[in-house]
Formats: sequence, C-alpha cells, structure tokens
Amino acid sequence: MIQLDETQKRILREVADLHKVPEGAYNIRSDGKSIGRESTENIEIIPREDGKGLTIKIKPGTKHESVHIPVVMTKSGLTEVVYNDFLIGDDVDVVIVAGCGIDNCGPKDSQHDGIHRFQVGKRAKVKYVEKHYGSGDGAGKRILNPVTEVTMDEDSYMEMEMVQIKGVNDTDRKSTADLAKGAKLIVRERLMTHDDQKAYSSYVVNLNGEGSSADVVSRSVARDDSYQQFAAKIVGNAPCSGHTECDSIIMDNGRILAIPGLEANDLDAALVHEAAIGKIAGEQIMKLMTLGLTELEAEEQIIDGFLR
Amino acid sequence: MLELKNVSFGVDDTEGAKEIIRDISFEVPTNKMVVITGPNGGGKSTLAKLIAGIEWPSEGKIFFEGQDITYMPVTERANLGIGYAFQTPVKFKGIQVLDLLRIASGKKIPLAEACEYLSAVGLCAKDYIGREVNASLSGGELKRIEIATVLAKGSKLSIFDEPEAGIDLWSFQNLIEVFEKMRAHIEDSSIVIISHQERILNIADEIIVLKDGKVTAKGPKEEILPGLIGTSSAVGACRMIEQ
Repeated sequence: MIQLDETQKRILREVADLHKVPEGAYNIRSDGKSIGRESTENIEIIPREDGKGLTIKIKPGTKHESVHIPVVMTKSGLTEVVYNDFLIGDDVDVVIVAGCGIDNCGPKDSQHDGIHRFQVGKRAKVKYVEKHYGSGDGAGKRILNPVTEVTMDEDSYMEMEMVQIKGVNDTDRKSTADLAKGAKLIVRERLMTHDDQKAYSSYVVNLNGEGSSADVVSRSVARDDSYQQFAAKIVGNAPCSGHTECDSIIMDNGRILAIPGLEANDLDAALVHEAAIGKIAGEQIMKLMTLGLTELEAEEQIIDGFLR
Repeated sequence: MLELKNVSFGVDDTEGAKEIIRDISFEVPTNKMVVITGPNGGGKSTLAKLIAGIEWPSEGKIFFEGQDITYMPVTERANLGIGYAFQTPVKFKGIQVLDLLRIASGKKIPLAEACEYLSAVGLCAKDYIGREVNASLSGGELKRIEIATVLAKGSKLSIFDEPEAGIDLWSFQNLIEVFEKMRAHIEDSSIVIISHQERILNIADEIIVLKDGKVTAKGPKEEILPGLIGTSSAVGACRMIEQ
C-alpha cells in the first residue's frame, strides 16, 4: 500500500485529479523514484534500467483502460530528466494521464523535464492529459520543460489536453507530431502565467498522410509581469486539413508573443490559422457586475471560463 | 420603486459638450410595467444605463425604494435588486449558459431550476444549458439567454433595453409571450422596457415618450398609445419585417 503525505496527495489531486491510488495501470514517481507501480494484463509499465523513466506497452485491441503516471517533486534543488515511451498497439482505446507537480519551499530551483514519446498504432484512439502545477513559497524556482513527440499511424486519433494553470516559474514545452494517412490530432492547451513567470510553448505538426488532420488550439492568460510565447506550426505534406488557433488574454503588465505558422507543401493541403490577443472586454466585466459580481470577481469568472 | 428627479446627462465629444438626457423626472411604481419609447437617438438607452448605474448623471438624483442611488456603483445596485438586460448581449468564450444563470442567481442553483429560466424564455433547456455564451449562438438565442439571466437574478426592478433589437420575427413573437408572462407575475416588482414595438407598448401599464433627451409624454397606456400608433415610437410587426 502506498503511503502518501499531505503534499503528495495535494499535488496528485492537482495534476491528475487523483484522490486515491488510481485504478488500472499506474506509476507514481516522487522525488526521483517510483513509489508505486501497477501493470495490468493489457498495459505493461516497465522501468528503464537507468531509473530515468518508463516504457509503457499497451497491447493491441486494449479498450477502455487508463494509465496514470503522475510525478511529484517536493524536495528543493532536485533536477531530473525522465524519458517515458508509450508504445500503443493497433485498435487501442485508452486514456493516459501524466502531469507533474512541484512543491518547492526551499531556496534552490527544482526542475523536471519529461520527455514523452508516443507511437500510436493503427486506428488507435488515445486521450492524453498532461497537467503542470507548482506550489510552495521558497525562493527556488519551479521549472518544467516537457517534450512531447507523437508518431501517429494510419487512421489513429489522439486528443491532447495540455494544462498549466498555476505556480510554474519557467516552462519551455516543445511538442511535435507526425501523422500518417487518415490520422487526426486534437490539441487543447490552456496556460496561465502570473508574477514574473515565463512560458514558451511550441508545436510542429507534420501532416504527412492523405486525409490527416490537426486542430491545435491554445487559450492562455498572462497576468502580472509574466511573459508567454506560443508558436504553432502546421506543415501540410499531403492532401490534409489543419487549423491552429491562439487566443490570449493579457492583464496587468503581461506580455504575449503568438506565432501561428502554416506550411503547405501539397496543393491540396487546407491550412488555417487564427490568433487573437487582447485584454478582457470591458462589457464582459460590466455584464457580470450587473449580475452582482465585483469587478475582481467578474475578472476571475471570465478567466476561469476562458481557461476551462 | 424607482424615482428620477431632474436627471441630466451629457458627454464631451469632438464636437463639444452634448446633452443626451435633459432634466428628466418620473416614477416607476411597484407592480407596474413601464415602457419607455421614442425615436432613435432620443436618449432611451442612456436612460436605462443611468438607472443600472453604468453611467452616472451629471445632474439630478435617482432613488430606489427611497434610497439615493445616484452615485452607487453597478455591483451595489445589482445587489440591491436592480437587473439590467443589455441591448446587445455580451458574449463570453468558455462561460456556459449554466454558469451565467448561476452567477445571475447568486448561488449554485440546481440544473432543473436553471432549465426553468431557459424554458421561460422559450429555449429548449437541454439544448442550451451546456452551450458556451459565444458567437455560435444566434442573435435571438443570445437575447433570450440575456433575458433569462435577468429572470434568474430575480430583481425587484428589471430593465430591458430594446429586447426586440437584433432578433427575427419568430423570436419576437415568443418574446412578447415572455413579457406578457412577466407582466402577469409581476408581484412586488417593477419592469422597465425600452422599446418602440407596438406589441410591447401594448403590454405596458404606463408609457413614457422620450425625444431629444426630454420626456414629451407620459401616462397610462390607454392615454398615450393611441397617439403613438403609426409613428416611429410604436412600430408594428410588419414594419419590423421591412426593417
């Protein structure tokens, strides 16, 4: 039985919505080592020999199962790079929940760089949820630099929910995807930075197969003195369709650079991008004030909805 | 319920000072529906904003249930019992109809109660409750959701600024029924509607005519309405199609 302290429990709730040990396959990594692991008949979690990550094998045809691999860091000054490889068989239908929470109450920086590589089999359907969260009032920074590499086989489907709402000082997330014929990728990123945080996020999606498609949407809020950079590039190398959208709210002295990019290398590649940055509309605040909220409460409601 | 005493409101623009509301005084009694009409540009919407607190008068006083609210902020007025439906409903990315109804009611009302407010404005609740209040909704749908938020708020005084603006005729027919129902269940509250639609004027207890920022006529519907028929202050449904 895994023994979790209160900080570990709180972080697991934040990053993986876990209130208890998850059902199905899981690995809980805390301060550099696994504190609990369970494989199932269809999902095998194999630790790397160097202790720096996992190989997760999901048997072809596995349906309606889940994998949780949350990471908790509570020691100030800990720095780690973790490699997790997901080998997802054909015709699989699974939910994968990752995520990392750092509680840093000390003076030294804590950093977790998760390198996640996905091989998605033919006709497989994957929902991937990755939440990042930071807490603690130490002077040490909480740094997360995730790398996500996705290779999608024919007619596969992947939905990625990438969330970072609070407490991460610096993040530099790089995501790439290569899609074969008929594959479909949906990305929903939600990001909020505050204080003097910095967040960089880039996506490169290569639509290599005929009929492949991607929809990469980011919603972000930059408040206080924070800075964000969002760059999403969709490359159409075949008859395909791609859409990317960056929608951002700036507050206080927040700054955002949005760089949507499209590259069409095939005459039948249909690619669209949209980007919008602006402060909260005054009329939105006013409407909620006429319903009885204060200006501050109205702002919070608008942001909560925007980042839902 | 509501009393305006010698209220004026002006703005300074590039062409100099401009007076939009000029020395207006009137009362909205409890249990009454008052419709404010008049030609476009006469100051009707500005008057609604002055009552809701979105604008403050340059002169005069506004009283609500005997309390001076002339310079009271919007939030306080809302909490005191004043509701206001925008002429152009505001859209929100991510905020759902249910969220807005819960914010309006001031508590986490159960789903069934939220659905009742949507049904009251002629929307099939299950189709709308989880929708985002964004541009995917039509003008008529947004307008009805806007009205539902004012219903959910349960105000003593509800102000509707041109509820018919921007909606199709079919939605308009439904809207009339909504206001007829509200009039029938007005118990201890009051309703102010800014409108120049004959059918809305027809539900009114009292009518106030506003022109060039001044009240040019006011009184019971039976007295005022006959003189307005056929003018821009009482537009019939057929004119709406033409427009």
